[in-house]
Amino acid sequence: MSDASLNTVTSQTGEADFGDYFALLKPRVMTLVVFTALVGLLAAPVGVHPVVGFAAILFIAVGGGASGALNMWWDADIDRVMKRTRSRPIPAGRISADEAFAFGIALAGFAVVMLALATNLVAAALLAFTIFFYVVIYSMWLKRWTPQNIVIGGAAGAFPPMIGWAAATGSVSVESVLMFALIFMWTPPHFWALALFMRSDYENAGVPMLTVTHGRRVTRVHILVYTILLAALAVGTGFTAVGGPLYLAVALVLNALFLIGALRIWRRDEDAAEADGYAVEKRFFRLSLYYLFLHFGAIALEAALVPYGLGGW
Amino acid sequence: MNFRVEHDLHKRRFRRNLGLGLVLASFVVLLFGLTMVKVTTDDFTMQPTSEARD
Repeated sequence: MSDASLNTVTSQTGEADFGDYFALLKPRVMTLVVFTALVGLLAAPVGVHPVVGFAAILFIAVGGGASGALNMWWDADIDRVMKRTRSRPIPAGRISADEAFAFGIALAGFAVVMLALATNLVAAALLAFTIFFYVVIYSMWLKRWTPQNIVIGGAAGAFPPMIGWAAATGSVSVESVLMFALIFMWTPPHFWALALFMRSDYENAGVPMLTVTHGRRVTRVHILVYTILLAALAVGTGFTAVGGPLYLAVALVLNALFLIGALRIWRRDEDAAEADGYAVEKRFFRLSLYYLFLHFGAIALEAALVPYGLGGW
Repeated sequence: MNFRVEHDLHKRRFRRNLGLGLVLASFVVLLFGLTMVKVTTDDFTMQPTSEARD
């Protein structure tokens, strides 16, 4: 290669790596989508062939990833401002916003059509609605408009177990709605705890998080209220068809810990929080990750034990 | 002097093409697997051809 042609190539910017396209799919969020969708599929009373189950989870994950790419396309302006998101492919200049949009739309269409072909129309319709909800309702509309953005927008992240359940059964039932509700109610305290110790990021970006619009005191009260409601829901789910003794034991322990954490957050003032670097809030946030993983893990375990006459009630 | 200098840009482009190739190959395998599962399940029936109907 001549020096001239090398210089020509060097002057081009934004040559993305494969990993950059993968990063557009928000892989960390995708792990939650994959895990909860898998639990929804496993907990369903109808069995599916492992290949069909694998394909279903894969297409749900791709659909979730597509909505992540579309979210990054829409939010590129605020991603440039926030420390946490500054290195994402679009603000870092490795992928153009238009490219991310085309990538997201193509993947979304692909995932919905493939899920319909692999499983059924109900699951595909739910996936399509989830993508629409996350991109249009949450990213475009709620996120920059209301401090309740996390509450309503959290529904998008709560759909995967419902889609997994629908992929197996072809329908929506009380059990799948309960799994949806579990993630829906978990999302606000989880994100508000994060917002308490990442406040300046959201403030700089002009995102109306509750911490920015109503202050930290109100946010602490909201965390406690939502945690109480979540605890009632999570323990109550233990008495339904997806629950069982094992799930109930896990739920009782985790919700007791979660309630204690929320109470500690509620009792603290800003001086105390700043003095220890938001240690309690950070601990609560970490616990919230285990909380969801263990609840859904217990639901999966109950379902896995049923063939041996052990799971469920 | 080596005239075939491999610029970082070429490495990235290669990794991207390789990644896409592997994804497409995996998709072909998955589609084959799905098709086999669908046609070997009990409730699978072929649409009768016009000759068979006659």
